[in-house]
Amino acid sequence: MQYIDNILFLIVLALGIAFFAKSAKKIIRNIKLGQEVDRTDRTSERWKNMTLIALGQKKMITRPISGLLHIIVYVGFVIINIEVLEIIIDGLFGTHRIFSFLGTTYNVLIGSFEILALLVLVAVFAFFARRNIIKLKRFIHNDLTGWPKSDANYILYFEVVLMSLFLIMNAADRHLQLIGYTHYPEAGAFPVSSFLLPIFEGMSPGVVALLERSAWWLHIIGILIFLNYLYFSKHLHILLAFPNTYFADLDAKGKFTNLESVTREVKLMLDPNADPYAAAPADAPATKFGAADVTDLNRVQLLNAYTCTECGRCTSACPANQTGKKLSPRRIMMATRDRMVELGDEIDKNNGQMPQSTKTLLNDYITPEELWACTSCNACVEECPVNINPLSIILDLRRFLVMEQSAAPMSLNAMMSNIENNGAPWQYSQQDRLNWKNE
Amino acid sequence: MAEQLSVPTMAEMLANGEQPEVLFWVGCAGSFDDRAKKITKAFVKILNKAQVKFAVLGTEESCTGDPAKRAGNEFVFQMQAMMNIEVLNAYEAKKIVTACPHCFNTLKNEYPELGGNYEVIHHTEFLKSLLDSGRLTIQGGQFKGKRITFHDPCYLGRANNIYEAPRELMEKLDVALVEMKRSKANGLCCGAGGAQMFKDAEPGNKEVNILRTEDALETQPDIIAAACPFCNTMMTDGVKNKEKEGSVKVMDIAELIANAEDL
Repeated sequence: MQYIDNILFLIVLALGIAFFAKSAKKIIRNIKLGQEVDRTDRTSERWKNMTLIALGQKKMITRPISGLLHIIVYVGFVIINIEVLEIIIDGLFGTHRIFSFLGTTYNVLIGSFEILALLVLVAVFAFFARRNIIKLKRFIHNDLTGWPKSDANYILYFEVVLMSLFLIMNAADRHLQLIGYTHYPEAGAFPVSSFLLPIFEGMSPGVVALLERSAWWLHIIGILIFLNYLYFSKHLHILLAFPNTYFADLDAKGKFTNLESVTREVKLMLDPNADPYAAAPADAPATKFGAADVTDLNRVQLLNAYTCTECGRCTSACPANQTGKKLSPRRIMMATRDRMVELGDEIDKNNGQMPQSTKTLLNDYITPEELWACTSCNACVEECPVNINPLSIILDLRRFLVMEQSAAPMSLNAMMSNIENNGAPWQYSQQDRLNWKNE
Repeated sequence: MAEQLSVPTMAEMLANGEQPEVLFWVGCAGSFDDRAKKITKAFVKILNKAQVKFAVLGTEESCTGDPAKRAGNEFVFQMQAMMNIEVLNAYEAKKIVTACPHCFNTLKNEYPELGGNYEVIHHTEFLKSLLDSGRLTIQGGQFKGKRITFHDPCYLGRANNIYEAPRELMEKLDVALVEMKRSKANGLCCGAGGAQMFKDAEPGNKEVNILRTEDALETQPDIIAAACPFCNTMMTDGVKNKEKEGSVKVMDIAELIANAEDL
């Protein structure tokens, strides 16, 4: 019977990881609904971007307050995971504080975890206040009504619970160490949880040991629940920020892709020797110009959608949104993700086959009014702390509206036919182009 | 205007068996828009003064296709691009300068894949190189000490990371450069990009150019400097809307330099 704890731990751990693996598989499957895009070039630049932007948080600090708070939580998250490693080893092998043999190093480690845990708590309270008390504009924006708003707060509650459990666990442990309780040898330094020690005064050692074990179990179970909650929340960025910054577009922001399918057609039109009646080669894929649904977007755009953590820096910098237009780049990303997940679920219900979906990203999730409000100024792209590009999705949807549906606003149609007819967006003759010289 | 501008065309150059040092891509706004034509002329005056051997395409120039592309019409864009590339390549163009950031961005970033490979520079960079090499000298002159704020065009700044060339030019004019609360990478759009210039805005509570003009006016400038014909239009309209056209001028950097020299 003495191994029952270890077996139980193994089962909990295995379940937590297995469920997460299932979600991860779904994420990868859904991203692969998108078109392939080659981002295997310029690997050293890609590694550099990932290191500076995801690992180094380079773009977070452009807004110093939220940047600093975020770095605290981020560093706390990464470093406290070393503690999780110890918990897993202890859980599997029935040891207690396996790393304590490190002596002074261990004391320094545990001590710094505690300080970080306290800082994380402070930062999380500040985050909570920014959302719910100070009510910063980008957090009370109408993109975030309903689930996205609750989701953001749930994540903060989670952090508070996990950090508190960690500190309670340490405090109880310390109490037991001090009274010389069996299985609790002196180990670690407890600069923060020491302040919690008075709580246990007068309690029987058995009860304190039970508290310590409960906190220990709840802490690891909480972490596993959080891991699995990621899939349903906006919080996948803690993992996906890394591939997202790696695969991000490296070209000048002003460069929009040249559609190859169009290049083929245009070359054919301009080639005097081309046979206009020639049948398309048999292996030619059916061409669709622009994007109507997530399956027309590319995989990096879909990865972008999963990575978005809805911070809203893009929307707060968007000139259209600041002047009351319906367009919100954050909502473009949220809508893309919602539609991708919906289509993924439909595929699951349809035994893994592509269903006859009744909805599309364009119109059902994103309206033309939003798309036409974009000035293509790249402020959203510049702002995103993890290099998400909402503009590329906006452009691809516009392309479908214009090239497949001829659904541009009237004035834009006039501009485009002017360009076609007289080589300028206005109705001036090309023959008059040099008149300014003599005016 | 009385004074004569020397504006050779590529065709004339070719007929004389010559190649220009640089091809000046005037752009649609620079060719047809009354306000932008003044910028074009100011730039040509500087080129003439610095004795730069340049040429324009004249009636052989056509829209780069930028507004069509941003509006989503890749067909019209690529048709324009291929036709322009054919003309440019026939003249063996190597180096292109333009006063329009939209033309600049499209020629520089989007033409190469379609067969148009040129060294493309914006006029602010070109003017800076003229100053650096000593081919052009300017004194502060009439702008000395004036409060000037610079509005970063999106297609020059964020799109292509050019923030310093226009500012260095203004420093040479001894002006008091005052930055808006959002500038450089954080600069706010004027509202014209992405083909917005050619359509009405969607319903909202303000026009983008008004918001940006407010940013500019907060710095209490004598002059709002621009480096894009479309930004110029938007800011000029914004200043008029605020009834400040009597005290605040909107000027292109080429105009500032040409005026400083009394060209």
